[in-house]
Amino acid sequence: MAASQGRRTLICEIDAKGDVAAAFETPPLAFTAREVLPGLSAMVMGTEESLKEYIALQLRVPLVARVGPLARTFDFVASAAPGVKEILTVGKLCWEVKERHYDLVVVDASASGHVVAQLAAPDTIARLVHVGVVRGQTTWMREILHDPDRTGAVVVTNPEEMPVAETLELATRLREQTSVDLAAVIVNRVLPELFARGEEERFVALHGPDALAALVAQAGPAAARVLDAAALAVALRRERAVHLAHLRAALAPTVPLLYVPEQFARLAGRRTVAKVADALAEELS
Amino acid sequence: MSGPLERLLASKEIAVCCGSGGVGKTTTAAAMGAMAASRLDGKVLVLTVDPARRLASALGLAQFGNTETQVGPEVLAAAGLAGRGELWVAMLDTKQSWDDLIRRHAPDDHTRDAILANSLYANLTSRFVQSHDYIAMERLHEIHTSGRYDLVVVDTPPSRNALDLLDAPGRMVEFFGSRLLRWLTVPYRSKIMTFASRPFTQIADRILGSQFLGDIAEFFTLLQTMEKGFVERAGEVSRLLADRRTTFVVVSTLEPAPAHEAAFFVQALAERHLSLGAVVLNKVLPPWLVDRDVAAAAELIAGRAVELAEGPLAGLGDPATTALVLAESAAALFNLALVAKREAEQRAELAGVSDIVVTVPQLPGDVHDLAGVAALGEQLWR
Repeated sequence: MAASQGRRTLICEIDAKGDVAAAFETPPLAFTAREVLPGLSAMVMGTEESLKEYIALQLRVPLVARVGPLARTFDFVASAAPGVKEILTVGKLCWEVKERHYDLVVVDASASGHVVAQLAAPDTIARLVHVGVVRGQTTWMREILHDPDRTGAVVVTNPEEMPVAETLELATRLREQTSVDLAAVIVNRVLPELFARGEEERFVALHGPDALAALVAQAGPAAARVLDAAALAVALRRERAVHLAHLRAALAPTVPLLYVPEQFARLAGRRTVAKVADALAEELS
Repeated sequence: MSGPLERLLASKEIAVCCGSGGVGKTTTAAAMGAMAASRLDGKVLVLTVDPARRLASALGLAQFGNTETQVGPEVLAAAGLAGRGELWVAMLDTKQSWDDLIRRHAPDDHTRDAILANSLYANLTSRFVQSHDYIAMERLHEIHTSGRYDLVVVDTPPSRNALDLLDAPGRMVEFFGSRLLRWLTVPYRSKIMTFASRPFTQIADRILGSQFLGDIAEFFTLLQTMEKGFVERAGEVSRLLADRRTTFVVVSTLEPAPAHEAAFFVQALAERHLSLGAVVLNKVLPPWLVDRDVAAAAELIAGRAVELAEGPLAGLGDPATTALVLAESAAALFNLALVAKREAEQRAELAGVSDIVVTVPQLPGDVHDLAGVAALGEQLWR
């Protein structure tokens, strides 16, 4: 959506699952960004590549001699002091923002339990490390992350109980453990109201013995299932409405809530992306 | 006649639930635990290792930490889960578990206190995510060895992390044998830098600063004193996961992304020679949605809505409303059928991977209390 409005946009997938590539129907992505739509580039995060780039850019040490042993032992570092992974991830993203290669960097972040640790990594490192290059690095990273005009967390959720509960918990943790601004909450898979006022009673009336018999006589015995499907859709919507209401009530009133309708499509791909983008554009207008 | 999942759980001591977020994994773990406690008369623990506190809300328990807490028998009975068995729940508190582990393995009081006070240690255990992985498996091992439970059902973080979880014990062993650890601890072991470690230390010094390096060196030097205990333990944890008393249950819905993850995880289990016990498919739409006769009926109703409303259904009142309701009902069927069709395809893909595939239909309402957990359990048990 941002790209179609003429902004140079980078989308970055953190967990290399290939979902972003699938959404744009393009071959698997790599650490080096590639344009997938006009104005929209995509990449996947790789902490090892990020480390190499970091060393090359920041330290200006001769690469060939140093990277060999570093790369080999990198896995151990990452496992032993996992903050390394988090800081490299966040660092690369902040770098792209700092260097203004793009107008907007969209991050498809890790699961909610992990993202707080990632966003807080520069703060944590700053607390641990008092001098050195890294300390200096965290300063500009934190400036970017803590500026609500430049960085915002967008929490995406479903109108179901657990996702809503997690979203609220994540909002709290973002507030308490990071200085990152919660810019918006997007709710996916919102079902439209099936029946308007007055139609609901008529739907109930259709279940009366005479009406149902008439319907079955005309459309066959499977006609009752068509009504069942509508009842199921109504029940699903009602269930979701309860969670939506809870989310809105529990979320700070200043946080905008954007709704994206359920996409009844065979497969996720460019068309779905375009539809969701339209829905978001409408919500934002 | 007992169901396949019941037979599986009756023969196992550990069941590890894996899958993406939002597929009802925690609820499924709770339901499996509750059913096992109720029907198999055993003492069952449900251990959640997810940083998000989901199980707490699913079980109606506001707060429970590292301590194993019993769900009151009267609470279970009220939810229709009466039985001679006991249901216990616990959530992994990473920091607490690490502290316990250090206390157990530390060679002396001085080392123990020095580690617990080390600033790197404090941050590593409480803030950085992956420390969950090893400690979760370690805790599972500890609980299992204690013999306090007949069955431990483990709820895990979403599946990419669950892979880290599986690999964590091996990584721990590797780490202690690694050159990196030797480099990191060089300043402590010797004043003379070896030729091999010099470039690394120099770079590390420029990047991190010497104070931080000192903390790292101290921490890992202390950790090394516990190497034997850790390595032995990690080996035991690895063996426990591969043991035939342990089974993995992959939980998914039939939405494309979670189903894809589930397939990925099943493959990862096979690569590691770990036993896949069952696949649980949650929130599955009813099969009649894709019935050809139903689709034909919907076509007919949509096409002849006005005619039906004015003719045989005229008794209901104003025909315009009736026609609209008929058309909307047909549209609802078409929409849901599209989703159901997609689900059927995903299901065909997943059906072959395990002998036991349990399908749970889309249940009315969410599972937010023990009664809901019990209803889900009934479905699982069939």
